Amino acid sequence: MSFKPLKTVTSRTLVLQPANIDTDQIMPAKFLSMTTKAGLGEHVFANLRYDAQGELTDHELNSEEGKACEILVAGHNFGCGSSREHAPWGLTDYGFRVVISSEIADIFKGNSLKNGLLPIIIDKRAHQWLLDNPGADVTVDLENCEVRLPRNGGTYNFEVDAFSRHCLMEGVDEMGYLAAQDDAIAAYEDERV
Amino acid sequence: MSKTLFDKVWTRHVVVPETSAHPATLYIDLHLIHEVTSPQAFTVLRERGLKVRRPDRTLATIDHSTPTLINADGSRPYVTEQAEKQVETLLANTEEYGIETHGWDSDNRGIVHVMGPELGATQPGMTIVCGDSHTSTHGAFGAIAFGIGTTQVGHVLANQCILMRKPKTMAIHVNGELGKGVTPKDVILAIIAKIGVGGGTGYALEYRGNVFEEMSMDGRMTVCNMSIEAGARCGMIAPDETTFSYLKDRKFTPENYDAACADWASLATDEGAVFDKEVHLRAEDITPMVTYGTHPGMGISIEAAIPAAADETDQGALDYMQLKAGEKIAGTHVNKVFIGSCTNSRMEDLRAAAAIFKNRKVAKSVTAIIVPGSVLIKARAEDEGLDKIFIAAGAQWREAGCSMCLGMNGDIGAPGDLVVSTSNRNFMGRQGPGVRTVLASPETAAATAIAGVITDPRNVETAA
Ligand code: SF4
Repeated sequence: MSFKPLKTVTSRTLVLQPANIDTDQIMPAKFLSMTTKAGLGEHVFANLRYDAQGELTDHELNSEEGKACEILVAGHNFGCGSSREHAPWGLTDYGFRVVISSEIADIFKGNSLKNGLLPIIIDKRAHQWLLDNPGADVTVDLENCEVRLPRNGGTYNFEVDAFSRHCLMEGVDEMGYLAAQDDAIAAYEDERV
Repeated sequence: MSKTLFDKVWTRHVVVPETSAHPATLYIDLHLIHEVTSPQAFTVLRERGLKVRRPDRTLATIDHSTPTLINADGSRPYVTEQAEKQVETLLANTEEYGIETHGWDSDNRGIVHVMGPELGATQPGMTIVCGDSHTSTHGAFGAIAFGIGTTQVGHVLANQCILMRKPKTMAIHVNGELGKGVTPKDVILAIIAKIGVGGGTGYALEYRGNVFEEMSMDGRMTVCNMSIEAGARCGMIAPDETTFSYLKDRKFTPENYDAACADWASLATDEGAVFDKEVHLRAEDITPMVTYGTHPGMGISIEAAIPAAADETDQGALDYMQLKAGEKIAGTHVNKVFIGSCTNSRMEDLRAAAAIFKNRKVAKSVTAIIVPGSVLIKARAEDEGLDKIFIAAGAQWREAGCSMCLGMNGDIGAPGDLVVSTSNRNFMGRQGPGVRTVLASPETAAATAIAGVITDPRNVETAA
C-alpha cells in the first residue's frame, strides 16, 4: 500500500486530553471483525462518538471542524495496548495525518508509520501548550522535523527514524524494500535455517 | 564480550544489520496467525501476486471471533455474520496458501499463544511474531517474541523478515520467597504497578532471579504475556531444565533433542552482561494484586485502600470504575467472574481455581465463566475432573477461545457490570460498553466468585 506523501501539514488540532488512550478506545474490538480496511474512519473513537443507542454524540470528533483536523493531539502514552492496525487505519481514514503526544506506544507508533500517519513524541512543554490550546493552527514540517506552534508558542524539533521519514515523505511502503533484499534473505536461509 | 539473552538471540537473526539510514532486517523463525489481523495482509499478497515464502514456518488458528458455546444442533452461535465470515476467511486463506491450520477439527485449536507452546512450535532462541501484542508470551521459552501489525504480517508472509531497530534491554529482578497464595499473575501485576504502563516502552525485558527460575512454564508464560502491558514489546526468561522438560516430546520438538538443549542452554545472559536498565523487586513485598483503574498499571495489593487520584485522568478512571479513593477494594460487589485468556487459561490456572471451587457454590449474584485456553487443555481438565468441580459450583465451562478477554465473539458483560477477570487488560469498554474490569489471579477470581465480593484468596481454605 502506498499512501499520500507527507511533507508539511498545517491544520487545526483536535485535542483529546486523557492520558493512556489505548487502541481499544481508538478502535473498539467489535469493529475488528472487518476483513477490509475501508470505512474504519466511521468507527474510530466509537465510544466517544456514539451513545448507547448508537446516536451521534455532540463530541468534537463529529463536528465539521473536527473532521477537517489533520493533527490529533493526545495525552501522554497514546496508543498503548493491543497491536491492532485497525487503530491507525481508522485514524487515517477519518482524516488524521499526524498524532502528537508526549509518549506514544511502540507498536502503535510502528503501525502508524507504515500507514502514512506520522506519530510525533514532543517535548513536555510543547505538549502542554498543545493540550492547553485546542484548535490551534499548527504546522508539522517533516522535512525539517519541526512542529511550529502559532502565537509565540514556539518551534520544537522532533525525532523520527530516518528510514520511516524517507518512506513517509516519498509515500512508499517497506514491502518493496524488503523484497529487494531477497538474495540476502535466501543466503541467510541457506546458511542458518 | 558478555552478552544478554536478548542480544544473543537477536544477533542470530540479523539478515541485514541496522544503520542510521535503515532498521535491521530480522529473520523470523515462526509466524503465528489468527483470523483478526491477517485478512488484510492476505489481500495485499493477492494484490501484488506474492506467495507465502515459508508456509512451513507459519501456523494458524482461530480464537478471537470464535463462539465458546455450541447450539443444540451442533452449530456455532457466531455473534455476527461478519465474525463468521472472518473465521471462514482465515480458513480459506490458509488453505489456499498451504499453511498448517488448527481449525474447528483440530485437537490443538486454541488461543494462539497457548497453542504455539503446546505444539512445541515455540522454542528457545527463536524469533516469533504474530499480529497480536500478547505474542510476548512466547518469551517464557527464551525466544524473542513480539506483536506486529497487519502490514508486518504481510511482510513476514511474503519475506519471512521484518524491519526493526534493536530495542534497549531492561532486567527485572525478583528475588526472595513468594508468600502463600501469591501467584505469577500477582508478580507481573506488581511489576507493572512499579514500572508503569509506559515503563517498558522501547525495551526488551528479561525477567531474572530465583522467583522466575523456580516458576513453572505456565507461570512464566503468565509473566511474559503481560510484558506488553508495561509497554515492552517482548519479555524473556532464560531457558533451563524446566523449559527443556516442557518441550520434550511435542509435535515440533527437534529430533536431536540433547544437542538442541545444549545450544539453548548457551543462550542465557552471560555473567557481567550490561542491561540498559535494571529494576529490583523483593518477592516478600508482593501480595495478591488487583487492579482498581482502567489500565494494568493501576494495580494494588488486595489488602490496600484505593489510592487518591494523581490527576484528572486517574480521577476519570476511578469514576468509570465507580470506586472511591481511600476505600478498601476487597469487599466490592462483583457481577461476573471470567477465568481464561492467554494470561491464565492453562492447566495450572484451572487447577488452582478448581481447588477453591471444590465443594463450594458460586454466589447467587455472580455469573462465573471458565474458558480453557485450548481444546487440549479442555480435554485434560476434563480428564482430571475439573469441569465437574466447576459445574457443580455453578460456573459455566465453555469451549476454548479468547472469549471475554476482549469480547469480540460476543462474550461480554452488561453496562455497569464489575467483572473480576484473569485476563490482561482492564481498558474501558474492553469487556463490553460500560463494563468495569478488575484484573486478578485465577485464585483471587475463584475466591471472589464464591464470596460475591472481591476476596483475598489467602482467606479461603483450599481442598488438598
Ligand atoms: S486471550 Fe485476549 S489477549 Fe490473549 S490473544 Fe486472545 S484476545 Fe488477545
